[in-house]
Amino acid sequence: MTTRLASGGRLIDRSTAHEFTFNGKRMGGFAGDTLAAALLANDQMLVGRSFKYHRPRGVVAAGPEEPNALVNLGAGARLEPNQRATTTELFEGLEAGSQNHWPSLDFDIGILNNYAAKLLPAGFYYKTFIHPRAFWKHVFEPIVRQSAGLGKAPKDRDADRYEQAYAFADVLVVGGGIAGLQAALVAGQSGARVMLLEQTAHWGGRAPVDGVTVDGQSADEWVKNAVQALERMENVTLRLRCCGAGVYDHGYVLADERVADHTPGDGRPKHRLWRIRAGRIITATGAIERPLSFAGNDIPGVMLAAAVRDYVVNFAISPGDRTVVVTNNDDAYRTAIALHQAGLVVPVIVDARAQANGALPMQARALGIRVETGKAIAKVKGGKRVTGVALCAQAGEGAVLEEVACEAVAMSGGWSPVVHLWSHCGGKLTWDAANAHFRPDATRPPTTDDGSAMVIAAGAANGALLAGDCLADGHAAGLAAVGQAGAAAPEAIAADESPMAPVWIMPQGAAPALKAKMWLDYQNDVKVSDVQLAAREGYESVEHTKRYTTLGMATDQGKLSNINGLAVLAGALNTDIPQVGTTTFRPPYTPVTLGALAGEARGEIFQPLRKTPMHGWHEAQGAYFEPVGLWRRPYCFARAGESHAQAVEREVTNTRNALGLLDASTLGKIVVKGPDAGKFLDMLYTGVMSNLAVGKCRYGLMCSESGFLMDDGVVARIDANTFLVHTTTGGADRIHAHMEDWLQCEWWDWQVYTANVTEQYAQVAVVGPNARKLLEKLGGMDVSKDALPFMTWADGTLGGFRARVYRISFSGELSYEVAIPASEGLAFWQTCVAAGAEFGVMPYGTEALHVLRAEKGFIMIGDETDGTVIPQDLNLGWAISKKKADYLGKRGQERAFLASPDRWTLVGLETLDGSVIPDGAYAVTEGTNANGQRNTEGRVTSTYYSPTLKRGIAMGLVRHGASRMGETVEFPKVGGGSVKAKIVDQVFYDKDGARQNV
Amino acid sequence: MKRYSVFAIAREALRHHTGWEKAWASPAPRASYDVVIVGAGGHGLATAYYLGKNFGITNVAVIEKGWLGGGNTGRNTTIIRSNYLQDPSAALYEKARSLYETLSQELNYNIMFSPRGLLMLAQTHHEVRGYLRTVHANMLQGVTTEYIGPQRVKELVPIINIDGPRYPVLGALYQARGGTARHDAVAWGYARACSAMGMHIIQQCEVKGVRSEGGQVTGVETTKGFIGCKKLGIVVAGHSGQVAEMAGFRLPVEAVALQALVSEPIKPCMDVVVMANTVHGYMSQSDKGEMVIGGGTDGFNNYTQRGSFHHIEETLRALVETFPMISRLKMLRQWGGIVDMTGDRSPILSKTPLGNCFINCGWGTGGFKAIPGSGWAMAELMAKGEPGPLAAEFGMERFREGRFIDESVAAGVAH
Ligand SMILES: Cc1cc2nc3c(=O)[nH]c(=O)nc-3n(C[C@H](O)[C@H](O)[C@H](O)COP(=O)(O)OP(=O)(O)OC[C@H]3O[C@@H](n4cnc5c(N)ncnc54)[C@H](O)[C@@H]3O)c2cc1C
Repeated sequence: MTTRLASGGRLIDRSTAHEFTFNGKRMGGFAGDTLAAALLANDQMLVGRSFKYHRPRGVVAAGPEEPNALVNLGAGARLEPNQRATTTELFEGLEAGSQNHWPSLDFDIGILNNYAAKLLPAGFYYKTFIHPRAFWKHVFEPIVRQSAGLGKAPKDRDADRYEQAYAFADVLVVGGGIAGLQAALVAGQSGARVMLLEQTAHWGGRAPVDGVTVDGQSADEWVKNAVQALERMENVTLRLRCCGAGVYDHGYVLADERVADHTPGDGRPKHRLWRIRAGRIITATGAIERPLSFAGNDIPGVMLAAAVRDYVVNFAISPGDRTVVVTNNDDAYRTAIALHQAGLVVPVIVDARAQANGALPMQARALGIRVETGKAIAKVKGGKRVTGVALCAQAGEGAVLEEVACEAVAMSGGWSPVVHLWSHCGGKLTWDAANAHFRPDATRPPTTDDGSAMVIAAGAANGALLAGDCLADGHAAGLAAVGQAGAAAPEAIAADESPMAPVWIMPQGAAPALKAKMWLDYQNDVKVSDVQLAAREGYESVEHTKRYTTLGMATDQGKLSNINGLAVLAGALNTDIPQVGTTTFRPPYTPVTLGALAGEARGEIFQPLRKTPMHGWHEAQGAYFEPVGLWRRPYCFARAGESHAQAVEREVTNTRNALGLLDASTLGKIVVKGPDAGKFLDMLYTGVMSNLAVGKCRYGLMCSESGFLMDDGVVARIDANTFLVHTTTGGADRIHAHMEDWLQCEWWDWQVYTANVTEQYAQVAVVGPNARKLLEKLGGMDVSKDALPFMTWADGTLGGFRARVYRISFSGELSYEVAIPASEGLAFWQTCVAAGAEFGVMPYGTEALHVLRAEKGFIMIGDETDGTVIPQDLNLGWAISKKKADYLGKRGQERAFLASPDRWTLVGLETLDGSVIPDGAYAVTEGTNANGQRNTEGRVTSTYYSPTLKRGIAMGLVRHGASRMGETVEFPKVGGGSVKAKIVDQVFYDKDGARQNV
Repeated sequence: MKRYSVFAIAREALRHHTGWEKAWASPAPRASYDVVIVGAGGHGLATAYYLGKNFGITNVAVIEKGWLGGGNTGRNTTIIRSNYLQDPSAALYEKARSLYETLSQELNYNIMFSPRGLLMLAQTHHEVRGYLRTVHANMLQGVTTEYIGPQRVKELVPIINIDGPRYPVLGALYQARGGTARHDAVAWGYARACSAMGMHIIQQCEVKGVRSEGGQVTGVETTKGFIGCKKLGIVVAGHSGQVAEMAGFRLPVEAVALQALVSEPIKPCMDVVVMANTVHGYMSQSDKGEMVIGGGTDGFNNYTQRGSFHHIEETLRALVETFPMISRLKMLRQWGGIVDMTGDRSPILSKTPLGNCFINCGWGTGGFKAIPGSGWAMAELMAKGEPGPLAAEFGMERFREGRFIDESVAAGVAH
């Protein structure tokens, strides 16, 4: 069993006990424990089930590379699936549950997959479940889905919040081991702005566990001093629990800080996502130990050798009374020695190398530990827990020489540098044959815009595995990052190591039956035999193998399995590992919570909300809003007991008969100014604007370069050099950008300046037969027909408010649009409401606006247009200048298809039975086209019930529309039947405009 | 080709699966072929397959600079739908979708077509009208779709938040037989079938130049030497501009990065595909349990297969708002692909200025769903030298004529 040792544990605080539960069972641990350590302290080695075969899984590692110990953490609105127990800090009251089993962890029905494993090799699902056809969707897929997946899906909305922050650094150091600390010290001393990140809650990394001496001090002591020195530097920022997750172009780094994972509910954000822009990035991210492939290497109790050491030294955990160490290198001997020093038994160290005579093996032997060289593990015995190992010769096929009883196996297949951050943005790797790993190729780094190295790898992450080399490398990286040559590095001393041997499979000649029990990817259940099968079947590219077998695609992202898998693949293809190459390293380094990536943007503040000055008033009136871009505009002001349709009908009728107020503040308002402003607008609009007289307004159309209508609105000339351009609400930002695009990229020598002043003004449309009466009552300026005729504007005051009044109409009624400084908008609106009472004033919303304009046959951008419609289609030829040499879209409109007489053009549509044509309906003609689709000859673009005419009215685009007045067209309805409509003039109401020209 | 079946697996299990043959051969190139296809993505492989199946043309090589299926075919989010607006698109995508229905059986390779249903959310009144239009169009095009209300949306997608304060869900366009398929399997299945017909799939072989004589194509220069052909098909997605340049013509296509990501796997919680175009994000759950997520394209052109990270953030904001429960899941992997965008967001299936040279490109952000239909139509174009009805409208002369097939009308981004 695994237990807590009576003394020791450099990271735990025995004076602070924490109680927690695992699968409902109460357990105890100490402050400083990881959840994995605490589980082991309670003899909970079995922590989960694997993905495919539901095999029992135990803790393997002690860091983010852990593939097995994944738990459901928390409950309800704090439930978090797939949380790694090895990186979860223990806190009081923690609730954890194991995953992927039914009905229980100890007895899981899914284990049946394991007994059928022979029938379920890599890619079996591509070869089966093919017949009968309907079975995939209805039978097989649901079964596959149910048995896959890992943790439970949360049900509730997240109770926590997440923060996002920006930081800038000359040098960003990722990794707070001795290499990273030294690099930060050196860079910090140069005066550069330095940021140092460490993913765990502790500085120092491996060195303190491995008993390294630095500068004559113990590693712990040196680390403490180094951190203090860094804390004293004002130009240095230190962040613990902060994982460098991704490196992107131009020194952009994403880091995830786990602020309150270990103190849930304390009011702080759960995570803080850092977006860091760094001049240089030093990745001192260390190295990860590799497992060895021997039969039964996945049985709970088989762990990485360094992880066993971590648990013993950091957390005072005994992995069991007897631990067999199996290795191909010297480093694992440190584990044997640490176990021995803790008073535990190491029955044998199984070393695959022919000899082991380095300092560490000699020390182990001197301690009386039995060392067997040239040997391998033939097989691990046990089910849910290791009970022993069978030894064999490494060179052979696995004939058992002896069996050794044990409760744990500590394995080491060598070390692989963490090259992820180096690789994310294109850094290349080189194969280091001596250490059998890929490490950063310093000659091919990811580069900055000037071609210099953006990322510098340091320490173990750079392949410098020995403490001495590692520290010196960190020192050099710090200097390189600030472009200095400097003082010599302090010296780190650790026991020397003799060369490792690249052993991937144990024993070397293992038969197929053994290989089918050698796990490469513990979580996804990929075995040596699976990779060999992929190679045999032609999935030879490493990407094919990965995808076919799912090797390295689990939540540990292949941190333990990738290199071993590559080695097996290379073996199967009879080639070298570097020849096979690696798969691409994609961000993030460790999975990042989606909430952290989304940040604070949720609910009401999901996107910025733009409010007009009158927004609060509308809310108070209980307006029903619709989103229009980032605005919310009142759709209608429904009264108690009124449906939306009834409200719209009332608003339309009242505006036609008395007085309506529309909040038109969202309309785009762009000032275009400068000596060339007229020339510029002549290019932007299809009509001429340069000859517009000061004081006058003109309606204009803007087209894309391709000729399609993109926006419309009224332009007012303010003075000789100044125009005010009105755009649609949705178009304001786009049109402003469009203007700047042309001004900055094409016509940069024209003297024109633009400013989007949309939010500087509140705009109120005062509409209806009583409009003038209201403004006259407010008083202050002459708004009579003669003083302010249709399509003019004037500055003045109204009821004491500074006002710019435009005589324009989008409803066909007598109408003024009054622009007021935004700060006075609400007061003006309220004044209008109060003063208008005697004239029957009512506010109206966007839907009434639509109906009013449709009754008048005015087009609406987005309804009559959809990016495929040209002004000519909409009978707007009058707004296109025939005299101008050019305007944006002119050439486009000359193309054959756009100039064709067969285009669909705008008409009015009057249903024969008075009903409303359904939105989006198409008009059909006889027959079908070459693809068997029904032939069509038009479609409806706007369709409404007209309260004024008391019937359905519509506009639509119909082939040869203008020449077919009086003809009937047919619109099939969804669900059967059709509506017939007569083609009529598009203006349904007040054809000669008598109502607006008063 | 040995057939795959549960019996074959049982037989092989007895000998530790040592008897499986290669899914496809990796031969050395011959000096020349009747047809050379550049690009062993889904579209290239499907073109080859239907050349053989529908026209008996099997002296074909598919040339791939990397590994087959390693381009966008192996990087996409596997959404399959045919609820397109314009007639030519609806015809082509529906042809593809219907071929997907039986593709596993036809190829004897389980491509896991999963017609689980697909929803496009309407979150503005404008979008509602747009989808009502699509439903009417689809009805006349023979594509089965319906417009459903918010309650029905909630029934189909229990994890959705239909009354968010900013963009409440007003309804959705629903295609019950839209869904997903396993992307790699589509490429692998076609590759295996092509190989079985004797076609050559030549991987790790980059086309570096196109040779012609008297305005007719004669072959391609590759990193494995010159390979002659009578007809050439260029099917290289994001690299179309480069290969077209080798053949001496220009394309109205831009290359931009499109990104996607997956979460860690969780137990099934969403059975359908949901696309939310107003807020810009879409999501489905793979059979493995990962939430598969995508969003918009970068605003600038590039070839790096990496996008700007802020797009990922934007996408996740949209999806966390739409599906609040995903907030505590974690992003496992993130990647990008280079997509080939045309001005009207519709593909090009076309003859080219070079004789006997044909091009298939411009699928942009949404060509996975089209693979079988595109291969079918491209094979017809190449075999006959003239487009059939499916490809007829997709010639690249349409840009000169202004005869756009504009699908951006229907959705901001099409996947
Ligand atoms: C992130 C992302 C998400 C997407 N999501 C969806 C989705 O949900 N649904 C959907 O329908 N579509 C989606 N797509 C689009 C879809 O992936 C593509 O449209 C489709 O896969 C294109 O297939 P293809 O065969 O044309 O191109 P590819 O698969 O890219 O194949 C082209 C091949 O040509 C090769 N090549 C290039 N140049 C040369 C040369 N000179 N010589 C030899 N070979 C060459 C390339 O290596 C590549 O293998 C998405 C795309 C991306 C990037």
